[in-house]
Amino acid sequence: MAKYLMLKHYRGAPAAVNNVPMDRWTPQEISAHMRYMNDFAARLEETGEFVDSQALAPEGMFVRYDGEGRPPVTDGPFAETKDLIAGWMVIDVDSHDRAVELAGELSAAPGAGGKPIHEWLELRPFLTAPPTVTE
Amino acid sequence: MDEALLRSLTPSVLGILVRRGADFAAAEDAVQDALVEAVRVRPAAGSPGSAGTGEPVRDLKGWLVTVAWRRFLDATRADTARRRREDLLDEEPAPGPASSVDDTLQLYFLCAHPSLTPSSAVALTLRAVGGLTTRQIARAYLVPEATMAQRISRAKRTVCGVRFDRPGDVATVLRVLYLVFNEGYSGDVDLAAEAIRLTRQLAAAIDHPEVAGLLALMLLHHARRAARTAPDGSLVPLAEQDRGRWDTGAIAEGVGILQAALARDRLGEFQAQAAIAALHADAPTAGETDWVQIVEWYDELARLTGSPVVRLNRAVAVGEADGPRAGLAALAALDGSLPRYTAVAAYLRERDGDLATAARLYAEAAREASNLAERDHLTRQAARLNARRSS
Repeated sequence: MAKYLMLKHYRGAPAAVNNVPMDRWTPQEISAHMRYMNDFAARLEETGEFVDSQALAPEGMFVRYDGEGRPPVTDGPFAETKDLIAGWMVIDVDSHDRAVELAGELSAAPGAGGKPIHEWLELRPFLTAPPTVTE
Repeated sequence: MDEALLRSLTPSVLGILVRRGADFAAAEDAVQDALVEAVRVRPAAGSPGSAGTGEPVRDLKGWLVTVAWRRFLDATRADTARRRREDLLDEEPAPGPASSVDDTLQLYFLCAHPSLTPSSAVALTLRAVGGLTTRQIARAYLVPEATMAQRISRAKRTVCGVRFDRPGDVATVLRVLYLVFNEGYSGDVDLAAEAIRLTRQLAAAIDHPEVAGLLALMLLHHARRAARTAPDGSLVPLAEQDRGRWDTGAIAEGVGILQAALARDRLGEFQAQAAIAALHADAPTAGETDWVQIVEWYDELARLTGSPVVRLNRAVAVGEADGPRAGLAALAALDGSLPRYTAVAAYLRERDGDLATAARLYAEAAREASNLAERDHLTRQAARLNARRSS
């Protein structure tokens, strides 16, 4: 089994094919989209491949250490940041092919006009613990 | 075994152990062990005791005390605190003069002690007063069980020096219970129902109008639960809820408790909040809501708390009572960075007929939303207005 992170971006991914902002969809299209996402997660729970799914608020900031006894420095939020993560789903699957298949399915979630969004998702394998048998 | 009955006995059993001289942390662990044991062996009143005494189990509470006390002694023995254990054995049968009602109350105070952070107080209350397992609490708050176990044991260390017989502050207890209720919609344990159970138990242990006010507030909000979400999980705003699905029994109970509390003329913020909820519950349709009275209660609430969030909700009520322009004027006096400010502005703009501005504000409010259900709801509102404008 191998774990993969499917990352969804607010900004930074190549433009989706059906690239219409959600507040320009009809309420029915929004409901259909939500249902698809919930069903997708429920199906992965049933197959035993679901690990976690979380959504992030768009607002955030950068923080760094600023030396002994000083409060951390904060910067941002940056409206012009190139890359902005919207959320993720973690899956635990048998193969890389399966991970690609599932990311493709998630990207097919319906959007404006009830048509698939064809959204670009970033697929990243987790680094694993070292195996017990090495020779 | 009736788990609810078992868990309702948790605080008084724990209180007895502490009165007998057990330290709180060890006693709490022992009571948890006894609860698990009770679920396993299912002792019933009148049935042969399984606690190894060979005597019939006269009552479940007595059974739990016996088992928990033995667990505590075993653990103490294992801890090599020999002298302490022998001292304790000498005084074992003395449960002390305090009643179990006092014990229960003291436990609430201890678990909500001001030295604890809110998340620690919540976790400790759910375990030591509510009798939930660490695993159940961890699942409810979506954190790993090991994390929750650490949080609880650190909380117990924090309060280990607190005297058990000192009166505590009811206000801190109410804040903890309110937190449990308000964030109680995830996991397999129904935390909202648990918060109501714990507040009911507290109301039985102490006569205090704000405890009654909080219980009424919880009941009145809980009564609307079935109507608050659509089958697809989306939020249904108060005005659009099917009022036929409100729980009339819970509403009647909440209103009765509130009226008795208000009659004592010691108003507090929970009573005022409950009064607003009761006025909503009292309206057969959204259009029949007594918004004028609701504005008056928000004025009381603002006076009691000084909270800007209350003033924001008041602006909505003013918009209903005196029209959207009046609501927008009330809103203009507030800080635009308040949570939900943009959503309220969007709502009032729509009511005022400015759909383009309302749609833009709803989309902006969706980006600022702090939870998914609210974000989806606001996005839908923007979509609804945009669809209407373009058609």
